[in-house]
Amino acid sequence: MIQSISILAGQGRHGRREGFDRIDMHMGQVVSIVGPTGSGKTTLINDIELFADGDTPSWRRILINGRPAPADFRYNPARNPIALITQHTTFLSDLPVREFLETHARVRTEGPHAPQLVAQAVDFANQLTGEPIDLDNRMTELSGGQTRALLIADATVICSTPVVLLDEVENAGIHRTKAVQLLRQHRKVFVFVTHDPRIALLSDFRIVMQGGGIVRVLTTSEEERGVSVHVNRLDDALSTLRERLRGGERLTESNWKEVA
Amino acid sequence: MKVVICAGPATTGKTSVLRHMIRKLLQAGQRPAFLKLDVQYADEDETLAAEFGIPTKKVYTGELCPDHCHVMVLGDALQWAATEGAEVLLVETAGLCLRCAPYIDGGLGMIVLEATSGMNLPLKVGPMLSLADVAVVTKIDRVSQAEREVFRARIQDVAAQVMVREVNALHGIGIDPLVAQVQATPDVDGPLYLRGNPPVGTCTICVGKKEIGWRAHFGVVRALESHNFYRGE
Repeated sequence: MIQSISILAGQGRHGRREGFDRIDMHMGQVVSIVGPTGSGKTTLINDIELFADGDTPSWRRILINGRPAPADFRYNPARNPIALITQHTTFLSDLPVREFLETHARVRTEGPHAPQLVAQAVDFANQLTGEPIDLDNRMTELSGGQTRALLIADATVICSTPVVLLDEVENAGIHRTKAVQLLRQHRKVFVFVTHDPRIALLSDFRIVMQGGGIVRVLTTSEEERGVSVHVNRLDDALSTLRERLRGGERLTESNWKEVA
Repeated sequence: MKVVICAGPATTGKTSVLRHMIRKLLQAGQRPAFLKLDVQYADEDETLAAEFGIPTKKVYTGELCPDHCHVMVLGDALQWAATEGAEVLLVETAGLCLRCAPYIDGGLGMIVLEATSGMNLPLKVGPMLSLADVAVVTKIDRVSQAEREVFRARIQDVAAQVMVREVNALHGIGIDPLVAQVQATPDVDGPLYLRGNPPVGTCTICVGKKEIGWRAHFGVVRALESHNFYRGE
């Protein structure tokens, strides 16, 4: 059983030592990674996903329950307790959705649950995306939003891994609030790479990155939790306006007054 | 002498994987030599010699098919590597027609495939995959994790006994288990044999008969509406 996952400091660009010694993430926690583009956020989650052991350019080390990851985790992806949802919004896989998910369910689970899992995964995905996915669609035909929704559903339902890493989940046409709600129902470690204040403030703590390295770790304060209520209200207002625009409507002053 | 034979379609990252293996073998105090077989162009022998100062050689296979050429030259290459004082001979070959496999009994057979190549590739590469000891999957950073796992399953569906190793050849991640496998490979000894059976060798096209239509040929032939049959003496 995985209880915790830890990051031991390495170095940023130009060999600068990182501003922390060790970060521990425990089951049930939500963690955000924030920082400008190019600050090394994606590299950090790649390190986590590969169980870096001083063998990546950052020299970081990742521990599981305080110890280096067993070789099995590193070399057999079907045993990997970490699911990574990357910024890739296209699939290269030339299979129908059903065959892809069935194959994945077969390697990820033992026993006869695979067909149920496939149905559950598509159901989950269809709660996140506005355009329903059909099992007979080819993977390569899916839109960016459908792809992202399917990857999140696959990681949560089929992989059912204790750790999920999400790289800028807010970027590709999915129902964000719904995603966070659905994900929160699963007791896992969720690590969001994000530019989204709503997701960042909803985290237990956030890892701040600059110049390829981690510069500090900030626990969400009581004051910030208060601020997050306002942020959510703003975000909801913006979402309502966005949906009207996406629906081909015109915006009016009264629309703004309704949401503001 | 240990022999590692590395095959795989063009541009999958064979040389990148071998480069990282050479670095790690040298760090472990072993002396590798490198042989590159290619049809018409290769400069990996020069770049690897310049980078690591190891003995390297290349052979242009030209008119011979690469696997045919490989069978012809490998005996000499082992002697060459031995005179150079090498302990491991790494052979990189193209493996073009997908009917043969260049692996030999007693050596380590390694195929390099890229995760970006489509889910049906494992079904298409024939004995080059099914007779290998290890399938190395490169370019894993270019696909989603789910796709990596499904690609691995597709490999194991056609070649259940082949060990699959994902590597990031850009950063050299995942190379250690490959090097451990090289180190666990015994030295080759005595007459060497190809691991698989080559396809039918009496091919009139291979010997230069260009006329179209099965009636102009003999040996194993086939017509449009029937399966292979034997015609001739």
